[in-house]
Amino acid sequence: MIPPSFDYAAPTTVDEAVGVLRDAGEDAKVIAGGQSLIPLLRLRFAAPSTLVDLGGIAELRQVREDGDALVIGAMVTHASVLRDPLINEHLPLLVSATETVADRQVRHRGTFAGSLAHADPAGDLPAVALVLGASMEVVGPSGRRVVPASEFFVDYLTSVVAPDEVLVAVRVPKQGSWVGAYEKFNRVAQGWALVGVAAMVRRDNGSIAEARVGLTNMGSTPLRATATEQALAGADSREAIGAAAARVAEGTRPSDDLLGSADYRRHLAGVLTRRAVASLS
Amino acid sequence: MTRVSIKVDGVEYEDDVEPRTLLVHHLRERLGKVGTVVGCDTSNCGACTVLMSDADGHQQGVKSCAVLAVQADDREITTIEGLSGPDNTLHPVQRAFHEAHGLQCGFCTPGMIMAAVDLLEENSDPSEQEIREGLEGNLCRCTGYQNIVRAVRAASEEIRRSGGDAEPAAPSPLAGEGHTPDSGLPRQSVPDETIPQPVP
Amino acid sequence: MTITESPGTEIGSPRRRKEDARLITGRTTWTENVTLPGMLHLAILRSPMAHARITSIDVSPALETKGVVAAFSGRDVADVQGSLPCAWPVTEDMVHPDRPPIAVDEVRFMGEAVAVVAARSRAAALDAIAAIEVDYEALPVVLDMEQAIAEGADLVHADKGTNKGYTWVFDSAEAGTGGDAGAAIDDAEVVIRRRYVQQRLIPAFMEPRSVVVDPTGDVYTMWSATQIPHILRFLLAVVTGTPEHKVRVIAPDVGGGFGGKLQVTPEELIAFIAAKRLGKPVKYTESRSESLVSAHHGRDVIQDLELAARRDGTVTGLRVKLLANMGAYMGLVGPGVPILGAFMYNAIYKFPAYRFECSGIFTNTTITDAYRGAGRPEATYAIERIMDELAVELGLDPLEVRERNWINADEFPFTTVCGLAYDSGDYAKATDRAKELFGYDELRQEQQARRDTGDSVQLGIGISTYTEMCGLAPSRVLGALRYGAGGWETASVRMLPTGRVEVVTGTSPHGQGHETAWSQIVADQLGVGFDDIEVLHGDTRTSYKGLDTYGSRSLAVGGVALYNACQKVIDKAKPIAAHMLECDPADLEFTGGQFRVRGNPDGGRTLADCALAVFAAHDLPDGIEPTLDADAVYDPVNFSFPHGTHLCATEVDTETGRVTIRKYVAVDDIGKVINPLIVEGQVHGGIAQGIAQALFEEAVYDADGNLMTGTFVDYTLPTAADLPTLVTDRTESPAPDHPLGTKGVGEAGTIASTPAVVNAIVDALRPMGVNDIAMPCTPERVWRAIQGGAA
Ligand SMILES: Cc1cc2nc3c(=O)[nH]c(=O)nc-3n(C[C@H](O)[C@H](O)[C@H](O)COP(=O)(O)OP(=O)(O)OC[C@H]3O[C@@H](n4cnc5c(N)ncnc54)[C@H](O)[C@@H]3O)c2cc1C
Ligand code: FES
Ligand code: FES
Repeated sequence: MIPPSFDYAAPTTVDEAVGVLRDAGEDAKVIAGGQSLIPLLRLRFAAPSTLVDLGGIAELRQVREDGDALVIGAMVTHASVLRDPLINEHLPLLVSATETVADRQVRHRGTFAGSLAHADPAGDLPAVALVLGASMEVVGPSGRRVVPASEFFVDYLTSVVAPDEVLVAVRVPKQGSWVGAYEKFNRVAQGWALVGVAAMVRRDNGSIAEARVGLTNMGSTPLRATATEQALAGADSREAIGAAAARVAEGTRPSDDLLGSADYRRHLAGVLTRRAVASLS
Repeated sequence: MTRVSIKVDGVEYEDDVEPRTLLVHHLRERLGKVGTVVGCDTSNCGACTVLMSDADGHQQGVKSCAVLAVQADDREITTIEGLSGPDNTLHPVQRAFHEAHGLQCGFCTPGMIMAAVDLLEENSDPSEQEIREGLEGNLCRCTGYQNIVRAVRAASEEIRRSGGDAEPAAPSPLAGEGHTPDSGLPRQSVPDETIPQPVP
Repeated sequence: MTITESPGTEIGSPRRRKEDARLITGRTTWTENVTLPGMLHLAILRSPMAHARITSIDVSPALETKGVVAAFSGRDVADVQGSLPCAWPVTEDMVHPDRPPIAVDEVRFMGEAVAVVAARSRAAALDAIAAIEVDYEALPVVLDMEQAIAEGADLVHADKGTNKGYTWVFDSAEAGTGGDAGAAIDDAEVVIRRRYVQQRLIPAFMEPRSVVVDPTGDVYTMWSATQIPHILRFLLAVVTGTPEHKVRVIAPDVGGGFGGKLQVTPEELIAFIAAKRLGKPVKYTESRSESLVSAHHGRDVIQDLELAARRDGTVTGLRVKLLANMGAYMGLVGPGVPILGAFMYNAIYKFPAYRFECSGIFTNTTITDAYRGAGRPEATYAIERIMDELAVELGLDPLEVRERNWINADEFPFTTVCGLAYDSGDYAKATDRAKELFGYDELRQEQQARRDTGDSVQLGIGISTYTEMCGLAPSRVLGALRYGAGGWETASVRMLPTGRVEVVTGTSPHGQGHETAWSQIVADQLGVGFDDIEVLHGDTRTSYKGLDTYGSRSLAVGGVALYNACQKVIDKAKPIAAHMLECDPADLEFTGGQFRVRGNPDGGRTLADCALAVFAAHDLPDGIEPTLDADAVYDPVNFSFPHGTHLCATEVDTETGRVTIRKYVAVDDIGKVINPLIVEGQVHGGIAQGIAQALFEEAVYDADGNLMTGTFVDYTLPTAADLPTLVTDRTESPAPDHPLGTKGVGEAGTIASTPAVVNAIVDALRPMGVNDIAMPCTPERVWRAIQGGAA
């Protein structure tokens, strides 16, 4: 099918983009890689008045080092994440999770920041951003603000980014001594996650000193499994990891849908958490 | 209407397009590149895969149904029609699909071949599993994929043997008299009905 | 003249396909590529409701949209649109409700057409349908088949008074082909009772359906992405009252069908009506989401089986009761699909008593109709699943139970309990070969080891043997089954003056490689080069007669017609060659493309020499018609019965329920093979679709009758990364009834693979108390079965 009509703007600076968004009003929308937005437009599930294309803003394509963090520009694609030497060195979890996103062609166009802004609870990267402790740089008519990942996701397909704002970059602290794994469970290779678990641990002489567990598709936003994280601290055996993992669904509200029931999702989350954490020993 | 300039299979085109025009429709309906097809409306099937240069000029596989024509402004595109060499010599991947019986109805084939070319450019010696995963964005209903995987393996061997990489052969420059706008095919061998006609 | 000499060994050689040249370079002619001067684009407004009365509809806002030329609703064309045909009224009293291409007063499934817009561009047409105003009054939705036939059920067609379209019965005692199944069950030492459900599937050919109609000129020309240009032409003429000679149908390159394009569709009629009204060419191409909701679906059958056996494993009878979901209307051959399966429940086994009863049920869903295998996969699934249950009940190896009951190689031809004469086969040979390739014993050992250690990943081994009836079909049999057409096929061979050959076939390929295989047949018969043959098909102007491609019939029937046409060409050429060689025709032999005087290897005449001679016609024997062209029509004397044994090993992750196919071996016996490469491709694709039914695919409706799996995001076709590498091999029992000895392979893989996979999953989980899992065996279903089984 064919999208409904809209106007199109291709700004070359962030300020210009924000200006267009402000002038175009509520129904204007940013387009980054378009890999989520264009399918929605084709099905006519979205009907923006204006699309503001970030593709022409060169600065948004950069990845740069900023002290103990990397700053990933809004137009850095999944494919660039996979290739980028800085990201490979400092954020191996982001790389391995990005490998599970969609397919090669989609990864060539879709962006890391777009995945976060889109705030699809089935998207793989929001939970990863959460455990990595990322924060989002958002620019709007009233200036720049920085929002930590824990406050960024509001609801199903809703983030804190206002219609006249642009997410310009994602600041991600280097993993340092943290190791991480992403376990995704889908029904076919190109399918979205039924459940995904992003786990990170920091070890101290064999046992887990600290852990973070982020969940994909266990609620209307990505979630942290705090009970499990706490129980993992100090865990030093398979049994202890298993017991901690078993608590992963506490406080989650997964949906019952075509892909799977809420019960099954809760069960899967436990298995995947155990496997993710166990793989990090 | 927005003016776009896109180089497709070696030929520069300038056109005014509605911003909502998908690249695949632009290719098919305006430029007559009907070799690239549409199989879905959710960007799952990969039938529309073409190579498109990114901002740094590096060609990579994209689903042309998930790109707006306006987003392709100033980019370079290679479709299945531009893959063969100047005198219609086949690209190794095309040849391998033929040799290994990697197609039946052939509808997925243009996209499958372009996706395979893209994959081999990044990984010139993929394992069977890497090929299977590398083609996860392309659906085929006919072949069960087995001979497609076999074809891509064979193509990778040929490409490595010949020392080249999977960079597509230079497409034929400009279509001359007696040819369709750009496919490089002699006009006589193209059925009339496949040549796009302007809508009244 | 450079004509390549044929080695005479084309048949059986793995020729690379001719059709590839255009398909791998993007020079293909899909219907969607067809563009005509002045062409208008259609968009169709479809019902969002599963069952509703259309209380009002106003298309005028669409007319005010930019670029729109016309808009009309069902009411606007009620008097000219006719009703979609059903070619298989399986019983005399079958309920066959009218089915207008555009709904007039009532919609009965989500996706039914309610209005049409013609505009200058596709985008404009799509914009305009959104402006059409329709008011619906919801009516009760009928979805569940058993509820649909319960007392006081809501009705899909209120005026018909019932949701039951037909009940069709075969009883071997009544037919005189066997004993009384009821008695066999009453007297049995063991009775196994099971219910199996064939979920609803969507054929999901990759090329969306597309149709172009050109009303300008002297005839109406329709291009359509169809499997059945000939049947379509005939029915278009009948339904629209257009003289048949004024209708030309072209099926250009068609991107897959799998039965899904064996249909006369509302969209084809809508395009025809619109073109006729507007006097302009029109095009309609469906989007994938339209395709998934409105192109016919497949399967959706509930099967209740009772299998009677002795304690030694000998099966003594089978009773089968089916409910088959027809959807909201009767499709072209939809009612007949279960009947195609009816004769296959006895499979490769010899048991003596059988009863089959099937009811076709209306529901507020998309119609169902042929999907790869059509009836036969359902039958094979049921019998092969229940044979495993019998084996478990009796503590026997599943292969052993099958062996005790199957027809032995020396018993062919064998007349089955259904009265069919199985032509040839060797089930033991195929099974032995499969076991060997599979490493059956080693895998059984590994399975035991995993059981013993309580591995969280369990191994299961699944077996499926099968036979199927191919080569549809002897016309008189189809007549007896009340099918609306015959089962013959045609071929013409035209010798061109330069010795090249044009072949016209009545089959209509859409991926099967007929251009290649037909060339191979002709090359061998006539001794001309493979590349000197052109195969024409899919245009009712060049191929004016034919019955198209479905039911694994093209080679088994159309191939034989072609063989016969070649023989006629040789017969016609013989007196001409004799005249040139100045000898008696009786002294000539034809080998390697040459007529030679018997015993004299020199100085022969080729067919090309004869072709040039008839072209000039200067010096022909008296009374000879100056042509070598020949037509042949072949009506098969019997079905053909390929068979095979498939073995599947699955690993089941008992923690998540995920199933991974570890090994898959298929040994098929499809008689003689023209092109092993094409055969292998058919087997691969077939198995992939069968695996997809077992593991991945299901069309799901919610309680309101909304199709939930309306895009490829939700209707999950397997990708390359989801399927295993298959091991395939063949045994060869030639079809005895015709000179080619071929049987048919299009559906074999699909038929055998589904039960092989599910048997393997159930086998893995038996120790946990699992004896069935509903298809598709999603991880969640498998996990739940483990939970339930263990509890
Ligand atoms: C076939 C297919 C399969 C996929 N599978 C997966 C998968 O398995 N896992 C997964 O995680 N994702 C998957 N995706 C989605 C993919 O990862 C997208 O790239 C991603 O969700 C969105 O990124 P984008 O750059 O394409 O965003 P776009 O489509 O351009 O935008 C998406 C939304 O975010 C907004 N937006 C984007 N960038 C910004 C910004 N910088 N500032 C403000 N708003 C912004 C847009 O306005 C829009 O509303 C799949 C997509 C497809 C087509
Ligand atoms: S048409 Fe299916 S992915 Fe583009
Ligand atoms: S060859 Fe038909 S879909 Fe791939």
